Amino acid sequence: MPFAAQLLQYVITGATVGATYGLAGLGFTVIFNATEVINFAQGEFVMLGGMLAVFALRWGGVPLPVAVLGSVLLVAGIGVVMDWLTIRPLRGRSVITLIIVTIGVSILLRGGAMLLFGKDTFALPPFSAGGPITIEGATLLPQSLWVAGVTLLTLVLMKLYFEHTLLGKAMLACACDRKAAALMGISVDAMVTLSFALSALVGALGGVILAPITLTSYDVGILLGLKGFAACALGGLGNPFGAVAGGVILGILESLAAGLLSSGYKDAVAFVILLLLLFLRPAGLFGARRAERA
Amino acid sequence: MLGMRLRLSLLVLSMVALAPLAATAADPIRIGAIFSVTGPAAFLGEPERNTAKMLEEDLNKAGGLLGRKVEIIVYDDETDATKAVTAADRLLKRDRVVAIVGPSTSGNTLAIIPKVEEARVPLISCAAAKKIVDPVKRWVFKTPQSDELAVQKIFAYAKAAGVRRIALVTASDAFGAAGRDELKAAAGKYDLAIVADEVFGPKDTDMTAQLTKIKGTDAQALIVWGTNPGPAVIARNRVQLGIKTPLYMSHGVASPKFIELAGPENAEGILLPAGRLIAEEQIPASHPQKKLLAAYIKDYEARFKQPVSTFGGYAYDGILLIAQAIGNTKSADPSAIRDGLEKIRGFWGTTGEYNFSPEDHAGLTEEAFVMVRITKGNWEILK
Repeated sequence: MPFAAQLLQYVITGATVGATYGLAGLGFTVIFNATEVINFAQGEFVMLGGMLAVFALRWGGVPLPVAVLGSVLLVAGIGVVMDWLTIRPLRGRSVITLIIVTIGVSILLRGGAMLLFGKDTFALPPFSAGGPITIEGATLLPQSLWVAGVTLLTLVLMKLYFEHTLLGKAMLACACDRKAAALMGISVDAMVTLSFALSALVGALGGVILAPITLTSYDVGILLGLKGFAACALGGLGNPFGAVAGGVILGILESLAAGLLSSGYKDAVAFVILLLLLFLRPAGLFGARRAERA
Repeated sequence: MLGMRLRLSLLVLSMVALAPLAATAADPIRIGAIFSVTGPAAFLGEPERNTAKMLEEDLNKAGGLLGRKVEIIVYDDETDATKAVTAADRLLKRDRVVAIVGPSTSGNTLAIIPKVEEARVPLISCAAAKKIVDPVKRWVFKTPQSDELAVQKIFAYAKAAGVRRIALVTASDAFGAAGRDELKAAAGKYDLAIVADEVFGPKDTDMTAQLTKIKGTDAQALIVWGTNPGPAVIARNRVQLGIKTPLYMSHGVASPKFIELAGPENAEGILLPAGRLIAEEQIPASHPQKKLLAAYIKDYEARFKQPVSTFGGYAYDGILLIAQAIGNTKSADPSAIRDGLEKIRGFWGTTGEYNFSPEDHAGLTEEAFVMVRITKGNWEILK
């Protein structure tokens, strides 16, 4: 295998894995934009997306597209219920309290999934049939194209939503200043609920499109949540484009580190680069520089 | 309020009154067990717990041991070494067990060894690491095959197949790291050169980077050491990258779950050493393990409605070895059980034939393994 083909393979691999980090990161962004809360149950949304689809196939015997869509919508519903039961009753509490609550919810969801689905790992069948595609000596699974396509589409829709729709702007307004937003006639509660639904939906989408490649189990949410958060930090918190780009960059860095340096240190290499970047650009690669007041 | 206090004092009174009975001969023989029923090693601990509960019932149905009932007390260590130590303390001090089976993982076993040595109670571990019984510890035995036996089996087979250069891909957890050490230590003895030495995280979801690197070398065989799901991901990635180099795996993936996760088309042709349990139907009726394995599989699957696993067999062997030692020595005293265990020869369990001695507390040879090839989603025993 020539070196150029190897390099291409590392990039393709990294970008595919990075896209999930990005989609998990996108979910963080949506809730953060509406509430300034980092939702640590985001990784669990990703897990539930994959697991519910697997079990809809196993137990329900429904066709794959139904399982995929059903699972994504169901997880969006779980996001809404999470807001009603845990976030809304604590309205007015500090952001840190809410963040701790989201950690609690993540443990609850993980435990529930373990009891319901068991501790095994599961695979979802790929969305379209066909063997690997060869490009210049590197190979690519058809499912990777699904991942790339769905990620890009989600990103574009998200961008349009936040910048060009009244609903999206209303959501952003809630994050900027709750009181002012409420005075302008925006229902803050409705916006927060919507943000949870949206973020659960995006997370579940990531989980379901990756499950055919990476397999899924009740505890995949921990790592995906962590990597998704790192993607956000890298790209600039609150910026949807930054979250996805950050995820892809993180994925490619990991893959290159594994291939060119040592696979034993790949996570360490990726995180060291992340730390260095944050020292140099605290707002992230694509985040707006905030004016700091002393 | 008064009624409650009265009830409470009655309760205390009855406990005091019953206490002297605790030491009579009719008291059950208590055997302790520590398994990782939950947490990352649950795939080991769950079948082990089930097996222990099944054997407890079976032993009692057959009249118990030495005319006494058998009670197997199982604690879950949640794959956490601290919890394993707490469980060992409870078994030794509160439950006063005569022997302990488990823990499921090597790390947890090493953590509780000082406890059983201090309490002078025999331990039969269900974990594989060689360190558990090497050097020999007076009170510690184990039932699974050592990694070193699996390595010998693979290397002997690969060498006979003409392999001279190998590439290693090992998990960065305890199982993978121990395998990596054994592989590197033994490669020289079989004239095998290691041309690549890659590592993956147990939770990693993509190993194409490691495999791409290996594709660039002239390795003639790929050896992967880890437990699910990592090796299943490697099997998928290998087919994706079109790598034709033969793939050897460890006994850590010898379960139907591996074929399910990898997909039969990606698992096709993978070679691995495994206990005979997974291919019981291919074992000749004359083999001493045949009847034992068939009975274990039938009982287990009828009772728990799930496929049997090799790992549950480790607990099966451990408990029956203790029962055998108690029967042989006619005593349920911890030190008599220990002496009895050390004298057991030619005992066939689900894993293999145990021959313990004062110098060998693992008791197995590489005969406990057969080389199998995954063919059309099934295990095929190779000659």
